[in-house]
Amino acid sequence: MTLTMGRPMREIFGETVAELADDDPRIVMLDGDVGSSTRADIFEKAHPDRYLQMGIAEQNMMGVAAGLATMGLIPFISTFVSFAVVRPLDQIRVLIAQTGLNVKITPGYAGLFTGQTGMSHIIVDDMSIMRAMPGMVTVSPADDVEARQVLRWAAAYDGPCYVRLVRDATARFFGDDYRFEFGEAVTVREGRDVTLISTGTQLPRVVEAADLLAADGVDAHVVHVPTIKPLDVAAIVAAAQRTGRVITVEEHSVIGGLGGAVAEALAEHHPTVVNRIGFQDLYPESGPNDALLEIYGLSAPRVADQVRRLLGRS
Amino acid sequence: MSTQPAADVDAGEVDRLEEIARRIRVELVRAVNHARAGHLGGPLSAADLLAALYFHVLRIRPEDPDWPDRDRFILSKGHSSIGLYAAMALRGYFPVEELMTFDAAHSRLQGHPDMTRLPGLDMSTGSLGMGISAGMGMALGARLTGRDSRTYVLLGDGECQEGEVWEAAMAAARHGLDNLVAIVDHNKLQQYGWPGDGPDGRIPPQVPGELVAKWTAFRWRVVEVDGHDMAAILRVLAEAGRGDGRPVAVIAHTVKGKGVSFMEGHYFWHTRAIKPEEFAIAMADLGEPLPTGQGAPA
Ligand SMILES: Cc1ncc(C[n+]2csc(CCOP(=O)(O)OP(=O)(O)O)c2C)c(N)n1
Repeated sequence: MTLTMGRPMREIFGETVAELADDDPRIVMLDGDVGSSTRADIFEKAHPDRYLQMGIAEQNMMGVAAGLATMGLIPFISTFVSFAVVRPLDQIRVLIAQTGLNVKITPGYAGLFTGQTGMSHIIVDDMSIMRAMPGMVTVSPADDVEARQVLRWAAAYDGPCYVRLVRDATARFFGDDYRFEFGEAVTVREGRDVTLISTGTQLPRVVEAADLLAADGVDAHVVHVPTIKPLDVAAIVAAAQRTGRVITVEEHSVIGGLGGAVAEALAEHHPTVVNRIGFQDLYPESGPNDALLEIYGLSAPRVADQVRRLLGRS
Repeated sequence: MSTQPAADVDAGEVDRLEEIARRIRVELVRAVNHARAGHLGGPLSAADLLAALYFHVLRIRPEDPDWPDRDRFILSKGHSSIGLYAAMALRGYFPVEELMTFDAAHSRLQGHPDMTRLPGLDMSTGSLGMGISAGMGMALGARLTGRDSRTYVLLGDGECQEGEVWEAAMAAARHGLDNLVAIVDHNKLQQYGWPGDGPDGRIPPQVPGELVAKWTAFRWRVVEVDGHDMAAILRVLAEAGRGDGRPVAVIAHTVKGKGVSFMEGHYFWHTRAIKPEEFAIAMADLGEPLPTGQGAPA
């Protein structure tokens, strides 16, 4: 499988929210002084009156978003994942999640591709945290095509949601005919030997790993889970039944994210051996994107190696 | 460049520190160019302050970075890490050549300072607003453990928009921590900022006088200084140590991107990849022209 590069999700973010705002006067953009990075500046150009610079003050920004939502506006949040999730976590919990207010937490810089920053910016437990919070839904699109659709869905969805976006260009996986359905997993490759479940921009690398495994006679079934919460339990149980063996792969901590969610669901509904590939209990370091994928075992060849080892094929 | 060193400041020392500040700038621009990542505007504006701190003010032992009685320094504006690394390398904490590993995989020189990797870093930073709180803890800790160490914290002016800065300012004043010095690199630009009729269509993070008024209202002793006038910096920092029961805020007026002509005063040089021809101009501006015909040694 050879894929072309997609456009950076951050550009899709600025453009799509700007387009949505063309038709919906309730949409506003709140920026934590990083619009030039998250590309909220694209929105600012199109709708200068609805671009609201909040300064470097993320806790306040979340509170302002809650207040705006009570006035019937639909705030989208522009900052980095770490400063959108952990810095203002209490404000999100008390003012946004429990209240069910219509705030779109849509940060860029998810995962490793943060422009060589280090542990302050690379946060790999964001899905665990947001998923655990009552009232918060969590979506992790795989490429630019899906990101655009997720953002359109988010604007229409009535309530708080967390959508994690990636800074740099990543492989485009989906065709123009793809339709994102909130809460639904997508089977992207049929196989019989092992089920690989992935989310976010790890998906293309997992499909490439499946191709490498096929060359060794391992026929992998691959499921993409864009919506981490609510989880598509039925699809995951069906995929587990099909192969009897599940391995999750995510550019995220193995604790509490996709792997955690899948393990919880299968433990209750269809006990299956589940292995989780992703970050162990650690803080990733800074470095060039490709180097980091190698170091943390998330490049396609490294994923294939780990799957072989887990299946006793190496 | 200072025109006339004051009588109380040694002219030779000022010259020495100005040359060190120049070398900090040269090294940091080289390292960022090599890494194809990292920040420029903020480290360049802070270079004179870092030279003064690491080569004159701080009581430190590079060969014994954990010396318990040392002064502490926290780069609260952690995105300017490469400026700090350059100062530390020149001061002897690690070889200057190691600066070329900045932002590379497995480097001790992470994009933002990580105290678990590099000896000599007193705190990990990168998420803005936090360093001043940790600095307050160090100042309080020095008092509780009977040490006369001082704690210096370098903040950005954009960073002063974080609520946490003012929580620390409130609490430090309450505790009368006159062994705590906050230095604000007041370069009048943040990363992106508010739109308006400033340069490049953005306006400064504060209106004139706002920072002085705020730190004063929080009951800190406030001094202003030209953050590129070495003699003045030395004078102000010497005086900052004279305790009167209040923490000290030094508002250092600086220029973002200082020293590189085409970066000075432009918000978009906060972080941006340097083109080969730009690198050559930058090196020439910093008094280190490349051999003719040589672009960027990427
Ligand atoms: C909590 C937090 N929010 C946002 C950022 C992203 N960020 C990095 S630097 C910066 C601008 C900082 O401006 P300032 O403090 O004035 O620094 P300087 O101009 O000296 O570089 C921003 C918004 C961050 N590092 N931390």
